[in-house]
Amino acid sequence: MFDLEVENLTKCFGDFCAVDHLAFNVEHGEIFGLLGPNGAGKSTLIRMLTTLVPPTSGTARIFGFDIVRDANSVRQSIGVIPQAMTSDLDLSAEENMSIFAKLYSIPRDKRRRTIRELLKAVDLDQWADKPVKMFSGGMRRRLEIARGLVHEPKIFFLDEPTTGLDPVSRVAVWDMLARLKSQRDLTILVTTHYMDEADKLCDRVAIVDHGKLVALDSPLKLKASIPGKNILEVSFSEVPSGWEDVLKRLPEVADVKSDDHVFRISSNNGPRTTTELLEAARTAGIAVTSLSVQSTTLDDVFVHYTGHQLRDALQAPPASSSPFMIPRG
Amino acid sequence: MRRIWAIIERDLRRFRRSPTLIIVSMVLPLVQLVVLGYAFGGKIKNLKVGVVDQDHGVPAIKLKEMFQAVAANARTFDTVPYSDQAMALRDLRTGRINGVLNIPPNFSRDVLAGASPRVALVEDNTDQFSASALEGSLDQLLVPYNSKSIQPRLTADATLSIVEIYPYVPYIQYLLPGTIVMAIFISAMIGGGIIYIDDKARGLHEGYLVTPIRKLELIMGFNLSGAIKAVLAGMVLVTCGSIIAGIPDPLNILRLARMAILVMAAALALISMMFLLMVRVNDPLVPRAIFGVLNTVLFFPSGAVYPIQGFPPWMRVLTAVDPFTYAVHGFKELVLKNTGLMAISFDIAYLLGFAVLTMAAATLLFRRTL
Repeated sequence: MFDLEVENLTKCFGDFCAVDHLAFNVEHGEIFGLLGPNGAGKSTLIRMLTTLVPPTSGTARIFGFDIVRDANSVRQSIGVIPQAMTSDLDLSAEENMSIFAKLYSIPRDKRRRTIRELLKAVDLDQWADKPVKMFSGGMRRRLEIARGLVHEPKIFFLDEPTTGLDPVSRVAVWDMLARLKSQRDLTILVTTHYMDEADKLCDRVAIVDHGKLVALDSPLKLKASIPGKNILEVSFSEVPSGWEDVLKRLPEVADVKSDDHVFRISSNNGPRTTTELLEAARTAGIAVTSLSVQSTTLDDVFVHYTGHQLRDALQAPPASSSPFMIPRG
Repeated sequence: MRRIWAIIERDLRRFRRSPTLIIVSMVLPLVQLVVLGYAFGGKIKNLKVGVVDQDHGVPAIKLKEMFQAVAANARTFDTVPYSDQAMALRDLRTGRINGVLNIPPNFSRDVLAGASPRVALVEDNTDQFSASALEGSLDQLLVPYNSKSIQPRLTADATLSIVEIYPYVPYIQYLLPGTIVMAIFISAMIGGGIIYIDDKARGLHEGYLVTPIRKLELIMGFNLSGAIKAVLAGMVLVTCGSIIAGIPDPLNILRLARMAILVMAAALALISMMFLLMVRVNDPLVPRAIFGVLNTVLFFPSGAVYPIQGFPPWMRVLTAVDPFTYAVHGFKELVLKNTGLMAISFDIAYLLGFAVLTMAAATLLFRRTL
């Protein structure tokens, strides 16, 4: 049995389907990454899985509990870190944890012990009694991770846990997640749009676009699945006619894309293509003005499968952007 | 039950840490009580009245002397003598004086001939309060002026004896019941309206909704914590307000206990109403935008500042359903008349019934999902 089974899960708002017949399974103990451009339906998917939004059709089961029919059993067994920072800024770290422990009906003596352990695990034990409004973004995120684990769930949902954090805090959050995962035997489902993070940390990655699953595999296999193992970015002093065809005929070249005089070449053998390319340029009497060779990254996989890098879409502004709210923290 | 308490605990801890909100919800009504209490209902004094004597006869001088006696003692008005009527009227129009008493040229002749002598009061009636104070004062003045110096031995005139069953109630005391309800309302508005919607917009509620808390537990938690804060605000007003307004024996335990029961009923009613209004709202602007309107629509038709009997029929409909009406009536009985709970049992029953109904409606409308 899988920890999480998603079957044809769909959520439509009127004519628009944010999540469109998604199906996948998450195995026990893996870190499962959901990648997708803004508006791809990642947050809606997480909200359905965490019982916050009822699905239009289809279903999902977490440890066998149906997310609609057994919503309360699902809530008892999942840990959730929503996208918004949801800690109470006027309360201390410990108080925030304590309120949630009470919401999960954890008995008093166990409550104290668990809270202490978890705050230590996320390196916040020395700030336990300080109000959260004095915490940095990274500290707040770590506190929320600890809070989400207060009832010892076996599966953990995180919606963009590192968005808005500085690089150091991002690394700290991921290290913490990796450590907690092995210590606590967790299954983790996480959405992110930092490809490097997904590459390094996720056991498997699902790429979602327009609410549909477009690719699902381990980062290594995904990278191998697209044509070209290396990407060459090269520009020349001048570009004679038919030059793109010359480049395409170079050995091991899988694909060539050009933008004015800059060429992006996918190659199955970076070093060999590079040598031949320089040779061809010298023969043609053209100077190479810049050249870079990179390994395929998840970014390339992402662009390959979604076909675009930037997506403009209109969406309703979040209520939290209102200028009328009483400022806190 | 533990989960309900967790929601309440979180809210009360937060309440303790943001003293600004505590101060706003308690001090604002107190300031209003003092300012409104002294701004209205005081005896009007030192109105300027121009006196134009075109007659100069003995009866006119007698009248002027009586007039000046009032000016010197009750000081409702100060007299300003004018020799020219036109100039007095010009000063009246420019606002330099509030009225002109005109004694016409043939006043003395008419008095002596018994031919209905008349004096005229030209008043600036744009200010009704000053105008009626002036009229009342002059009306009273003319009674002794007209009384015969020799009284008949038997009189057939009916007189009215007025028996006041309570000590004199100054306006500030009359205003206190409404102010107590206002404090409860402001607290409900800030806690159950503004902070509730802000928390929702910030995603705090999302954090609760993914836990196994039940819908009713969540609603009870929000309502009870709001009600507790409103009761605190109400009790501060009951004690401080009574002392400021000069209610006799303000700290009497029995009296405070009775008041506490009514404060609780009013707090439950108002917080439940607020919760019903806000149950489907997401935009933080909404509670702020309706704050003032709601305050006006609930406070003024309740009889807190003016007797209900003076309202037009459409407003009385509002009065009849407005929970403020019953809370204000209840506090008037307790504060001004020191009655027992029996006298306000209907008020308490209405407030509790109102709370149950609005809570039930809010529970039906509340969504456990986003």
